[in-house]
Amino acid sequence: MTKRKVSGSQAVILSLLEEGVDTIFGYPGGAIMPIYDALYDYDRNVKHILTRHEQGAVHAAEGYARITGKAGVCFATSGPGATNLITGIADAMIDSTPLVCITGQVASPLLGTDAFQESDVLGISMPITKWSFQVTSPEEIPGAIAQAFYVAQSGRPGPVLLDITKDAQFGELEFEYKKCRKIRSYVPEPQIDPFKIKEAAEIIDAAKKPLLLFGQGVLIARAEEELKAFVEKTGIPAAWTLLGLSALPTDHPLNVGMLGMHGNYGPNLLTNEADVIIGVGMRFDDRVTGKVSAYAPNAKIIHLEVDPAEINKIKVADVPVLGNAKKTLKMLTDNVEPNRHDEWVNRFRECYQIEDEKIIKKDLFPEKPGLTMGEVIRVAGDKTNHEAILVTDVGQHQMIASRYFKFRHPRSNVTSGGLGTMGFGLPASIGAQLGAPGRTVVAVIGDGGFQMTLQELGTIAQNKLPVKIIVLNNNFLGMVRQWQQLFFEKRYSFTELQNPDFITIGKGFGIDGHKVEAREDLEKSIQQMIDHNGPYLLEVVIEKEDNVFPMVPTGASVSEVMLEP
Amino acid sequence: MKKEHIITVYSENHIGLLTRITIVFTRRKVNIESLTVSESAIQGVFKFTIVVKSTKEQVVKIVRQIEKQIDVLKAFYHTNEEMIYQEIALYKVPTEAVYEDDTIEKVVRNSGARILEITRDYIVIEKTGHKEETQALFEELNKFKVMQFIRSGRVAITRDPIERLSEFLKERDALLESMD
Ligand SMILES: Cc1ncc(C[n+]2csc(CCOP(=O)(O)OP(=O)(O)O)c2C)c(N)n1
Repeated sequence: MTKRKVSGSQAVILSLLEEGVDTIFGYPGGAIMPIYDALYDYDRNVKHILTRHEQGAVHAAEGYARITGKAGVCFATSGPGATNLITGIADAMIDSTPLVCITGQVASPLLGTDAFQESDVLGISMPITKWSFQVTSPEEIPGAIAQAFYVAQSGRPGPVLLDITKDAQFGELEFEYKKCRKIRSYVPEPQIDPFKIKEAAEIIDAAKKPLLLFGQGVLIARAEEELKAFVEKTGIPAAWTLLGLSALPTDHPLNVGMLGMHGNYGPNLLTNEADVIIGVGMRFDDRVTGKVSAYAPNAKIIHLEVDPAEINKIKVADVPVLGNAKKTLKMLTDNVEPNRHDEWVNRFRECYQIEDEKIIKKDLFPEKPGLTMGEVIRVAGDKTNHEAILVTDVGQHQMIASRYFKFRHPRSNVTSGGLGTMGFGLPASIGAQLGAPGRTVVAVIGDGGFQMTLQELGTIAQNKLPVKIIVLNNNFLGMVRQWQQLFFEKRYSFTELQNPDFITIGKGFGIDGHKVEAREDLEKSIQQMIDHNGPYLLEVVIEKEDNVFPMVPTGASVSEVMLEP
Repeated sequence: MKKEHIITVYSENHIGLLTRITIVFTRRKVNIESLTVSESAIQGVFKFTIVVKSTKEQVVKIVRQIEKQIDVLKAFYHTNEEMIYQEIALYKVPTEAVYEDDTIEKVVRNSGARILEITRDYIVIEKTGHKEETQALFEELNKFKVMQFIRSGRVAITRDPIERLSEFLKERDALLESMD
């Protein structure tokens, strides 16, 4: 590539194009104006989505990243623009989502002087970025961007922040782009130790009651086929974490359901009976383990993981298998004997029957008058043939949607797991839709979380994104209310909401919608939403005080999973 | 059981890395007892020597989190027994005290300390050793009212005959090569 003289801000855009960026989410302001000015000349090469708040931009970038596997890119100005990204960056860090965030910064002579809209965004974001760097001269731009993409997307992905001073944007450089392929101090994927594979295989072959737990690592490594081949060869039942959802089709006979606080009865209860646990691309989060000291006491732990810092962090691994899950799963599959565990798998089916009688039937096919979240999700899943992308916000609806939507294809679920960020859903659905323009995106959001970022309806309308938004309205901060009911003697301290007329608000933004208040109206309204050409807002008024069960109360062991209050 | 551990971190010399490393400690509410940073024997590679009191389990987790930082090459942890280490202390005492009494002179001789500077008003004494030793000298000298006292962070080297960092760098270079 021949060198040519360009401005720093042009170099930013050219570098992004070199990385194959097709979509940028952002919001302009003083300190990033030169970059926006450069962008003006490239509107045919790259799409810029102007959100209504920087938090919207960063969550949209997360949604895009989770669906495409590529880094989501966002722009924000210095000071308040940059600090508005923080929640999303923290969310991306804990959920291993690749992001490249570019913030403008005051000119370098002003650094540290409390200049207008100066904030120490590097300092603020250090604990929640995988890597960050401040660019103060134009020559640093191509190298910094190349390293940003390499770090964000390799190994265990994560968010990267580049803070670029205004003088670096204005200055000139001889532009030449080289992709970053390695960094001396960084090994994205540890080398695989074949002895560990052998050791793990022996334990798996001898296991009587093995259980596999899969997390987002499988999706990140695109190891869905390898996972399926492994469970099918070994006959081992497999359960998913919230972020592992959709890595194995829901109706696969060895998919035994969801783990954790509101996961399925079987996988929780039987964890403590298992003699071998194989964790794949998951991190034994406390929402999965419950009380750690009482978690899987009888099991040998085999942990397939790309990040060495996760080994023994929560649960000591008898056999740690470091490496890319796509490779380690394949090697493990080659090393194990074909097997079946019919009786053991049947135990999960029995548990499912119990759960079905006590909970699932009532959730999905209620006989009481009030609408349930479960039936809305069931209908939405069926009407989209279980092929849609599900985006959820945080709360009861998130758990219900994850439990009941059902998936045929991987990379079909976008949610905020580790941080549990209310307000994530609506903007994330923007990114998901742009990342998969041909697919139906259904965003399921609570009435509380919807009001945290609902201004992004404007972004959806302006860009004509056909997102199907379902607001499940219980007039409560439902999940908090559930805890108040169960653990705080029904003292509903500040959880009841007086809500606006959501449909009118949608109309104000130019988005059609409809409010469902009766069961008779549900199916046809959901059909109408799906058939609608363009974005649609469906508000469903649901039972005010419904609860999500099963539940592993905080501090309890997974085997103490409750089926009712 | 909590115990003194020495964490040694080798890194690239990049701005902000010190913050990234200390965050790993503060986030877990582990107090840093002492910290020394300087260029290592290998040009461009910086070395952090960090002393903490913590359990081995905690120290192992901390070291893994430090290694996870992009600009960190490698981090090791050791107990005190596994390393040779020193700290340096400087003491300023009033010059009068030496005229009136020969105790200070004896104390300095016996403790292997040395005098760096003498002025009409004060004498500056230097001693290297473990904290207990520099502290003991402080107690002695303070009978004559120490005017100023400062102790450095720890410097430490392993008892290992091989230089682990250069071994490590060789391995790393080979690994990077294989990634091509
Ligand atoms: C930003 C943020 N603030 C507070 C919380 C705590 N929180 C978790 S769930 C929840 C209630 C959510 O209510 P709503 O959006 O109506 O959904 P529902 O639980 O009713 O489905 C709250 C307040 C959070 N997760 N995120």
